[in-house]
Amino acid sequence: MATMADFRYDKATWCPGCGDFSVLAALQQVCVRMGLEPEDVVCVSGIGCSGKISQHFGSYGFHTLHGRSLPTAQGVKMANQDLTVIAAGGDGDGYGIGVGHFIHACRRNVDITYIVMDNHIYGLTTGQASPTSKKGHKTKTSPAGVGEEPLKPLELAIVSGASFVAQAFSGELKQMQNIIEAAMKHKGFSLVNVFSPCVTFNRVNTYEWFKEHIVNLDEEEGYDPTDKYNAMKRIAETESVCTGILYREERPAWHEYVLGATETGTVKQTLDITPADAAGLIDQFRR
Amino acid sequence: MTTNEFTWKVGGAQGEGIDSTGEILATVLTRMGYYIFAYRHFMSLVKGGHTNYKIRASTDREVKYHGDTLEMLVAFDQTTIDENEDELVEGAVIIHDAKFQASTKRGGAVHLCAVPLSQFAKDLGNSIIKNMVAAGASSYMLGIDPSNFYEQIEAQFGKKGAELVNLNKNAFDQGYNYVKEHYGNLQKPVPVASKPEKARLLMSGNECIGLGATLAGCRILAAYPITPATEILYWVLANLPKFGGKVLQAEDEIAACIMAIGANFAGVRSMTSTSGPGLSLMMEALGMSGISETPLVIVDVQRGGPSTGLPTKTEQSDLYEALYGSHGETPRIVIAPTSIEDCFYQMINAFNLAERYQVPVIVLSDLLMGMNKRSFPDLDLSRVTIDRGEVVTQAQLDEMEKGAFKRYALTESGISPRSFPGMKNGRYCALTNEHEETGLEIEDVPMREAQMKKRFRKLSTLERDVNEWGVDYSGPDGAETILVGFGSTEAQIAEAMEQLGGATNVGHLQLRCLMPFPKDAVRPHLEKAQRVVVVDNNYTGQLAGLLCKEIGFHDKMDVLHKYNGNPFTVSEIVSHVKG
Ligand SMILES: Cc1ncc(C[n+]2csc(CCOP(=O)(O)OP(=O)(O)O)c2C)c(N)n1
Ligand code: SF4
Repeated sequence: MATMADFRYDKATWCPGCGDFSVLAALQQVCVRMGLEPEDVVCVSGIGCSGKISQHFGSYGFHTLHGRSLPTAQGVKMANQDLTVIAAGGDGDGYGIGVGHFIHACRRNVDITYIVMDNHIYGLTTGQASPTSKKGHKTKTSPAGVGEEPLKPLELAIVSGASFVAQAFSGELKQMQNIIEAAMKHKGFSLVNVFSPCVTFNRVNTYEWFKEHIVNLDEEEGYDPTDKYNAMKRIAETESVCTGILYREERPAWHEYVLGATETGTVKQTLDITPADAAGLIDQFRR
Repeated sequence: MTTNEFTWKVGGAQGEGIDSTGEILATVLTRMGYYIFAYRHFMSLVKGGHTNYKIRASTDREVKYHGDTLEMLVAFDQTTIDENEDELVEGAVIIHDAKFQASTKRGGAVHLCAVPLSQFAKDLGNSIIKNMVAAGASSYMLGIDPSNFYEQIEAQFGKKGAELVNLNKNAFDQGYNYVKEHYGNLQKPVPVASKPEKARLLMSGNECIGLGATLAGCRILAAYPITPATEILYWVLANLPKFGGKVLQAEDEIAACIMAIGANFAGVRSMTSTSGPGLSLMMEALGMSGISETPLVIVDVQRGGPSTGLPTKTEQSDLYEALYGSHGETPRIVIAPTSIEDCFYQMINAFNLAERYQVPVIVLSDLLMGMNKRSFPDLDLSRVTIDRGEVVTQAQLDEMEKGAFKRYALTESGISPRSFPGMKNGRYCALTNEHEETGLEIEDVPMREAQMKKRFRKLSTLERDVNEWGVDYSGPDGAETILVGFGSTEAQIAEAMEQLGGATNVGHLQLRCLMPFPKDAVRPHLEKAQRVVVVDNNYTGQLAGLLCKEIGFHDKMDVLHKYNGNPFTVSEIVSHVKG
């Protein structure tokens, strides 16, 4: 059985207090708790402070390009559905440059878990506005305050067909662990948007700010995450500042519905084509 | 054009069944034992616009190009005559639909034969069947026995019932008999071919790419539709799932390419196929494959650029992008198959090279080769080999100390064995940042330099090997004039060589591998030549530029450009050499 040490690799370089430490810790603990072996997990990340997570995590990893963790992670899963695949990155990475992939990943339902460390700011590039920065937020690129409406990842995920949508907070480690575990066990595409404060460049959305405003829907009596319209309603009512497993549904995952679906990973299929089969392929063209 | 050959073309508005008419004749002729090349001319719209389908057939040798001239034209409309009459030889026949009053500026040099193609079809209650009427009319004019067409009609429609078979035969007969009765004197029987012992293949370059990839062990294709590459996606989708493979239509080419990288990382041979606009979107991913040392195969079926350019026309103008595209510097391999069937062999090659050298491989095809078909005897399956390159074994990993595996080890060859997710103790993080040997991000000077050198060192054995397979030469040693091309222009240059009378002072170099460049094989020919005629299907002379960079001899370069969307004709090349 793997231990926490097996899921650690190299020391994380984030600023002290960065919300991303909790995400890494939660992920490591969940993997141990689920009895996963590090060689059977792949952590694919984008570019940003948050993107460094794949280097600090003890599983196989791919630290990809800015905005491209989802296509990479889906490629890995297409190749080997027997692996546990996690995609991770920042809000700029996932909802700015990579938002096209995000929408299509929701629709496609490849069985991966996508963790977005949403600090409402561009951290690595030192403090520009992000798609989730709140209206009026003054940043280096919005000196008069952000004029655009913030992007709403939870609602976007639901309307795009995501089969599991949740939100967690780096200040609530236990809840985050439970959510990540449920997301990883979910069959299909799961989004975990994590409020992961940037203590260096976001002085607005701090730990305190989140603590003060978050509504925990996991604890709300009668909240039914399979009720799509209620989920949309509650997310809107809380102005997206809520945590919990917000929406889930059972739907076939990509590796189950794809044409030519196989029981085991594509990587386990033989590359050799028998002479008879090869001849059959060529004979399609004989006239 | 020799006496053992003939040419035929059908044209009309897009959506009128021009392709299916051409396909029927192409199939019948191939089955009868003619070697053919079938060329499709079309536009980027679905209905309307002029389209045509040309066949050049030979009784005794393989045909790699559709020819400069035309002997028989079937015209569904006047536009077809206007667009194609210049190509007609003296005495050529135009069979046109009697529904319009045909005219030609060629006057008495050609014969106009009105045939009620649409009317017959209408009377039979099915307007689309005019293609069969046209086939019947062509059959008589070409002196081909109807039984050959009946056989094809039965093969094509037999499953759908006797009624449809009879309808088609009936339509065929009406066209045949009408021409026999009214224009019998114009019949020009074509040279007779003998049926081959083994049925021949009729394939396009795109089909060869799909088949080659499948036999090469490719098991994932992620792509986004684009002319002229979409047929690769279709063929692979229809066939790969039989072998446990998966095909995915991605949201864009960025995703398609990166999915293929992710899948290669996880151990599956994977590719993407596209054309110029898509290749542009893949540039950042190309570097990702390069620095993370993840194998990747990209097929680029080139079309006229820049930007949306000429989506349905041919060009070879992505060469520089393939060679130099993407920021920073990354080793890569660029292969240009030199014929339709070479597309098959080069896909086998591409997957082996990608995994052996852990680099991106770009296969440069083009519309001319990709979307057109030719018949040839067979493919040589003994040339199919699968070499997965250096992969660490589980036993080797078990022997290592925990976490000691160095994915980016600074080896002598520059190639460091790969591990795949699922292998115990083989953990690494593939990285697009510069990294040290285990894969941790670094910025220190000596390691950066060492890793750059390592990545470029990888290709050193290939730089030698490529002199053997990366270029073909035909002609005398020390030719005065050398014709140089890459990829699909092989066909027209080879034919131009023949027309130049096998001149003792002309040689032909056709490049198959452009990066690494087969310097040693090319240099001696250029050294001895006085004139280097570069047949460059683009405006800026990209191949000539590459030759100058790799070999030199700027002063000997004489570039023949073409960038109007059409492939080179043989006569253009011949007159340029002579001129
Ligand atoms: C194509 C491209 N554009 C821009 C960048 C520069 N860049 C790196 S990270 C980043 C944004 C980081 O913000 P976010 O994704 O929110 O992650 P965080 O650093 O906050 O975790 C940008 C713009 C890049 N690496 N690649
Ligand atoms: S800059 Fe912000 S996001 Fe980046 S490591 Fe520091 S605290 Fe975290």
